[in-house]
Amino acid sequence: MLLEVEDLHIAYGDIEAVSGVSFGLEQGELVSIIGANGAGKTSILNALMGVVGVKKGRIMFAGKEITRLPAFRRARSGMRIVPERARIFPRLTVHENLLVGAYGLRKKIDLDSRLKWLYGLFPILEKRLGQPASTMSGGEQQQLAIARALISSPGLLLVDEVSMGLMPKLVDGVFDLLYRLNREEGLTILLVEQNAVASLEISGRAYVLETGSLVHQGPADKLAQDPRIREVYLGH
Amino acid sequence: MSGYLITIATIIVINAIVVCGLNVIVGYAGQISLGHAAFFGIGAYSAALLATKAGLSFWAALPLVVTISSVVGLLLGLPSLRVKDDFLAITTIGINFIVEAVFLYIPFFGGALGIGGIPRICLFGLRLKGFSFFLLCLAFLVLVMTACWWFTRCWAGLACFALREDEEAAASVGISPVRFKLLAFVAGTAMAGLGGALYAHYMRFISASDFSFPVSITLLSMLVLGGMGKLWAPLLGAVILGALPEIFRPLVEYRILFYTAILLLMIRFQPSGLLGDESLARKVLAKVVPGGGR
Repeated sequence: MLLEVEDLHIAYGDIEAVSGVSFGLEQGELVSIIGANGAGKTSILNALMGVVGVKKGRIMFAGKEITRLPAFRRARSGMRIVPERARIFPRLTVHENLLVGAYGLRKKIDLDSRLKWLYGLFPILEKRLGQPASTMSGGEQQQLAIARALISSPGLLLVDEVSMGLMPKLVDGVFDLLYRLNREEGLTILLVEQNAVASLEISGRAYVLETGSLVHQGPADKLAQDPRIREVYLGH
Repeated sequence: MSGYLITIATIIVINAIVVCGLNVIVGYAGQISLGHAAFFGIGAYSAALLATKAGLSFWAALPLVVTISSVVGLLLGLPSLRVKDDFLAITTIGINFIVEAVFLYIPFFGGALGIGGIPRICLFGLRLKGFSFFLLCLAFLVLVMTACWWFTRCWAGLACFALREDEEAAASVGISPVRFKLLAFVAGTAMAGLGGALYAHYMRFISASDFSFPVSITLLSMLVLGGMGKLWAPLLGAVILGALPEIFRPLVEYRILFYTAILLLMIRFQPSGLLGDESLARKVLAKVVPGGGR
């Protein structure tokens, strides 16, 4: 297993947001965790990245325990996140944002060819290179956040609510891109989404999270057929 | 140039050096500091003691002074790593008061009498005073600004900028917040120490109140006025806030009131400073000189 999570508990003060979640990802999988607002999806991703503390449990990544590792060490071991609401560096230019994504990797990656590849995926970024990132639209910022994560050629990409605040046409584009990155480049992706329809469509497997616990799991196409899930998350 | 003008110009240049250090900490790395005068003072006191008690020349003492300032900056920076924003501001104010109290109450530092009899700086057998001392300070300012310019173009600078913009997002791409905050503290306090050494050898008498909390506010006002994170901001801020009180001599009693008003007005109307990307000054400049706004 590339990522293995055992009995993960996350609490903010006395309030437990995630209570005893266990799941895992194999190399090359695209897995999604779907659930309603406030179910604890973002908490799980933040705990995986190391920006939120773990109360109890164990996280294994690429054969090593990372439960207590600071975020920057996890990033260096090949984990990257596309955070909720993009969180690009607003006053840095688009180009600088991309470079920061490649921080510490100068010798490990071919920066120029990596940038060229990203401009192919996101043509808008090449046009905006010298512009402060804050001047871009929400959709463009989301693309920049994805590019900032991809430039490092991560071993595991965590994607947090990428559909939030995007217009439907852009959502399709982003999900299509994630699908292609997974199938064509073999990128392992853990997707956390409120948009159950779109994420189940591209995922191999999925988990359903309800108030801090995983209540269903299985192949994404099976879950999409499950009447209980259809009723709650797919609206019919 | 008259002696009066040279004195003002020299103080402006020394302040600009110290504010360059503050710019690294606040402007580049985004770590608010309201206690920068403490490190200015540590530089000045180290230089004064090494010159008067150890009998070292300015040049022999300078590497030591800069090292002492940055090591103390590192040590005092360590507890600051545990706090952010408002709490960091309060912590740095505390640091300023503690350092000032140490200078004031420990006899080794001269107590309330301060340290006098600090010798002039000699260069090639020449005792520097007046205009030649001003030129020496100017040379150091060029050195410090070159270092700052280089810092903004290297990977470490970029890492600091990212940290300033969003600490969590920066950590999530592999930037160690601890490492780069400390780097900024060390570089910034080293520059403050250099400024302090020049100040001690220029005034030739220093006392604790030269490095009190209001001085920190003055230094921060210079930076905010010029524009945090901009290369030329420390010099511009130091020139304006150094020259204005001289021009408006009768207002000198109200200097702190005046600085505070400037700080508040800038924060309210021009938060990015005179050199900031969306500042009024830049817009006017862009209209007068084609391309001058950049």
